[in-house]
Amino acid sequence: MARPLGEATREAYGKALAELGRENPNIVVLDGDLSKSTMTKYFAQEFPDRFFNVGIAEANMVGMAAGLAASGKIAFASSFACFVMCKAFDQMRLAVAYSGNNVKIVGTHGGISIGEDGVSQMGHEDIGLALSLPGFVVLVPADGAETREAVRAAAEHVGPVYIRVGRPKAPVVYENGCPHFRIGKAITLRDGDDVTLIANGLMVAAALDAAETLAQQGISARVLDMHTVRPLDEEAVEKAARETGAIVVAEEHLLYTGLASQVAMAVAKRYPVPMRFVGLYDYAESGAPDALMRKYGLTAEDIAREAVELVHMRQEAVV
Amino acid sequence: MVTTSVSVEQLERTARKLRRHIVKMLAIAGSGHPGGSLSAIDILTALFFGNVMRYDPKNPRWVERDRFILSKGHAVPALYAVLAEAGFIPEDWLWQLRKIDTPMQGHPSVKDIPAVEASTGSLGQGLSIGLGMALAARLDDKPYRVYVMIGDGESEEGQVWEAAMAASHFRVGNLTAILDYNRYQLDGAIGEIMSIEPVVAKWEAFGWAVREIDGHNMKQILEALHWAKEPREQPSIIIAHTVKGKGVSFMENNNEFHGKAPTQAELEQALAELAD
Repeated sequence: MARPLGEATREAYGKALAELGRENPNIVVLDGDLSKSTMTKYFAQEFPDRFFNVGIAEANMVGMAAGLAASGKIAFASSFACFVMCKAFDQMRLAVAYSGNNVKIVGTHGGISIGEDGVSQMGHEDIGLALSLPGFVVLVPADGAETREAVRAAAEHVGPVYIRVGRPKAPVVYENGCPHFRIGKAITLRDGDDVTLIANGLMVAAALDAAETLAQQGISARVLDMHTVRPLDEEAVEKAARETGAIVVAEEHLLYTGLASQVAMAVAKRYPVPMRFVGLYDYAESGAPDALMRKYGLTAEDIAREAVELVHMRQEAVV
Repeated sequence: MVTTSVSVEQLERTARKLRRHIVKMLAIAGSGHPGGSLSAIDILTALFFGNVMRYDPKNPRWVERDRFILSKGHAVPALYAVLAEAGFIPEDWLWQLRKIDTPMQGHPSVKDIPAVEASTGSLGQGLSIGLGMALAARLDDKPYRVYVMIGDGESEEGQVWEAAMAASHFRVGNLTAILDYNRYQLDGAIGEIMSIEPVVAKWEAFGWAVREIDGHNMKQILEALHWAKEPREQPSIIIAHTVKGKGVSFMENNNEFHGKAPTQAELEQALAELAD
């Protein structure tokens, strides 16, 4: 059932950036000595004049991006998700979010799927930090094709954007591209009546796999790719709650502050139904990405198990 | 050789007037930072009225304008005073400092006043933003210069030195920093809290062209600002030795007035001392 692996979302980010650079001379890129990992190297090779490697100095990087943006540039600033969000949070708060500067922060190596490098390099809470900044659009694409669209949409959007991408090759979700990508609009990948699985990033492929497992057990699961965490597609969430009566949210992030929290808030406000959450409750550790995803409960099996329990719980409640 | 149609005496008179504005707006607001505003005002007066910066009050976002960032954002009364004097904002706005439902935020805010170039107040951020602007000027082949005033206490922030390193690395000749070296920070004398000395040697070591002046000597300020405009392939910094609370006897070197507004009686005394 495993889907074929495509390119890493960080790879797609780097290529999309170079593409955009060819189309729009106003795009500038900053990186903090990680361009070979964040893949901004493609842009750097093609447009050395518009690329600023600031060295290992994230706060300065984000401040410079704000200054470039305040002077009419579309500034993309990249580092590992944990570094850029944690080390430059104050700069993101005042110089970007509050000031409304047209800066796009792209955090790569998000989540625990970065693997062997371990906790110090993992983005466990980057999405929550981005969400805590008013004005930031927050995007978490699922695969290479969707990343390309997300980067393009971010460049077109006027204002701060955070995009979270990952290190490993991502399972292909969009085989024929992702032409219907729109900021703030969930993509329904599969319809269903009994439960809705809402996911983003790598967990979208896992949710699709989980839906197939559930189908074999006679449970019909809807799958939503919630690539935009803010502005959240509350209509799609409410519709899912009304029509399927139960929701499982899956994300590669601490559950306290990410997609799960946002969806739970929308559900509580608009149409309360029972929910379950698949994600992190604690920091992870070093290890092979697949092994980490298993150990920390971020697999299709984990999503399917929560969905089954939720559906049974509802049936018992109805009886 | 300074070529300016404005005389030193005129500028000194303007600075004295703006000092009166500063103490008055702070007294009305009932809070704010007199010490660091009064230490900075001579330099700001020279920048805005000494034929140094190019700007257009009718078009504050003119693309080719020179930029000024007040990185030590708590000295915003000094910035508001020059913006009013230059015609960017009406003078009566000054008496609305820190009041709700007005644009006169307690620290500089780009959202509220178009002539404010960067939201500051979280210390250490301004030089990075200024560097970004200086690079944008180069990319767009525009002639504008960027001036950033930083504080001495602020210089304890690591980001200042990240920006200093990057600015010389990127060879931005159109970026000038001005250090308002008034020797006090909130908790006391900077030499006792966290010394930034040897500050001239530090900036030189970071690859900057450095000039040291008396930050209240209008002639020296003007000469230094014109020196900074000379073409070079490195950023420049003016280390301006200043007196905190300068111009008001009981505020000078009295760190109680770092972040405390004058009372009505203190205001009257200050205005008397600052009279034309």
